[in-house]
Amino acid sequence: MTLAPPLPASGAAAVRRPRRLRAVWLLGGLLVLVGLMALSVAVGSRDVGLDDILAALGGSSDTLDRAAVTKRIPRTFLAVLVGAALGLAGAVMQGVTRNPLADPGILGVNMGASLAVITGIAWFGLTAPASFVWAAIAGAALSAVFVYAVGSLGRGGATPLKLALAGTATSAAFASFITAVVLPRNDIAGGVRSWQIGGVGGASMDTITLVLPFLAVGLLVCLASARGLNSLALGDDVAAGLGERVALTRGAAAVGAVLLCGAATAVAGPIGFVGLVVPHLCRLLVGVDHRWLLPFSAVTGAALLTAADVLGRVVARPSEIDVGIITALVGAPFFIHVVRRQKVRAL
Amino acid sequence: MTADHTLTVHDLELGYGERTVIDSLDLVLPPGRVTAIVGANACGKSTLLRSMSRLLRPRTGQVLLDGKQVHRLPAKELARTLGLLPQAPTAPEGITVSDLVGRGRNPHQGLLSRWSTEDDAAVAAALEATDTVELADRPVDELSGGQRQRVWIAMALAQQTDVLLLDEPTTYLDVSHQVEVLDLLTDLNRNRGTTIVMVLHDLNLAARYADHLVALTGGRLHAAGDPHQVLTEETVRAVFGLDCSVITDPVSGRPLMLPIGRHHMAVTRS
Repeated sequence: MTLAPPLPASGAAAVRRPRRLRAVWLLGGLLVLVGLMALSVAVGSRDVGLDDILAALGGSSDTLDRAAVTKRIPRTFLAVLVGAALGLAGAVMQGVTRNPLADPGILGVNMGASLAVITGIAWFGLTAPASFVWAAIAGAALSAVFVYAVGSLGRGGATPLKLALAGTATSAAFASFITAVVLPRNDIAGGVRSWQIGGVGGASMDTITLVLPFLAVGLLVCLASARGLNSLALGDDVAAGLGERVALTRGAAAVGAVLLCGAATAVAGPIGFVGLVVPHLCRLLVGVDHRWLLPFSAVTGAALLTAADVLGRVVARPSEIDVGIITALVGAPFFIHVVRRQKVRAL
Repeated sequence: MTADHTLTVHDLELGYGERTVIDSLDLVLPPGRVTAIVGANACGKSTLLRSMSRLLRPRTGQVLLDGKQVHRLPAKELARTLGLLPQAPTAPEGITVSDLVGRGRNPHQGLLSRWSTEDDAAVAAALEATDTVELADRPVDELSGGQRQRVWIAMALAQQTDVLLLDEPTTYLDVSHQVEVLDLLTDLNRNRGTTIVMVLHDLNLAARYADHLVALTGGRLHAAGDPHQVLTEETVRAVFGLDCSVITDPVSGRPLMLPIGRHHMAVTRS
């Protein structure tokens, strides 16, 4: 430090350089999302001409074609919201657990939310969608705590693979339990099954306004924890040395993620793998700074789920494939790729 | 120049579970100086450092910064005065040097405050001071051990604390990088008046670089003071159970310890 002459300008330039590129990526992501939303309104299992699409957007639903398009609008918004929630929740969970395998599906959080909803339907007479949301959030929170506790048992604490194993095992157990509840009950089986695979097809503006407050709070809590997650990423000791209250930061971010997962699952069922794939992809593009990674994960998650939903409507015309199946087809090989990389090290 | 802060340890007892690691320890760490804490493995050096940076609550006794208990100070307020670099910290995969160093600004930022020109200046100065400007855009994964340690120190510098605690900052480094890191810390102490407290394994480097040497054994204080008074044959025997010969280091004039193993006694004793 005594040898080199002071060159503050070069240091400052080196600090500022990467930021512009990240802003470009974020803007590009938003543009892609808007394009996909337009596509989602225009494309479906029924072919509709452009003039009918425009008429439907203007509020007309006189013809069958226009009515079909009108139904695509809430569906598009729901796909965007649920995708953003899952992408963001995945990024936050990976940050909170410092675990590259963390994902609302893999950690069993979404399945916990489903189990709570189905238990509520089967035994507690839940029918109102509003009560689904509360049940789903409670289920998501309980399973998150349970999986983290199981994954932390034994030597070395909550390592990536132990957490993934605990989550997958819990998910499998919950799934069988759900089957056991639903199977003998014909009255609820049909509706529950399509909800359980994960779909946004049944969306209405009512369901959207129902979950919007929960998603908004979850989003704010998650985005506010970005700087704290940046500190946690350096290890608990360094984070504490940087003045972070480690347990509080981790807890708050986890609450935000659970709100997002619970609300998303309540309206769209347990959609897997979005929360896993999206943050990894985003890290490649904008790096590991959570202040950029979190908003970018939300935008990319929304784009991915919208694209998956459009794809599901097109590939099996005239019927549709639920978006949860499409994300699983894309996400499962990706999960294997992440696990098989030479080092599954803590983030 | 930075303000002087005095770190004091009063009747401190630390432990994990049933095990007591530090027992009735009293220490005063001189402000504006370089202190090295030495001792055998598992003597409680790192545990003491963790407690001084409020990572570990004392069972009894206190750690005081300018007379205030560090465990009662607000976390961010303490982190603006006292920084900590743990042993062998790990950086997240793919993080760049400037991003890592920038995270040292955390205690200076509120929940909603944006990154400021002051933050930019602090990061730039930290990169300059550690001679890592050229590395700013590189991923930390790609750096050599010595470069990586300089980057972590840059992060601690960006925190701009008047007191800096380091747990074995030279671990895993070869001898030239050890000297490089210790020279850097000396620069920091001389040019900015930063109080430095570090745990060091190498007694001779500790004696050479520290103004104040603290020798622990079995969780208790054995000796503390000027290296000339602390690094003696008697201390090394008591703390490490090792026979040695202490001579004057011809390079620095500080004491230099030469260990006596079972096979070389004839040579050293003649």
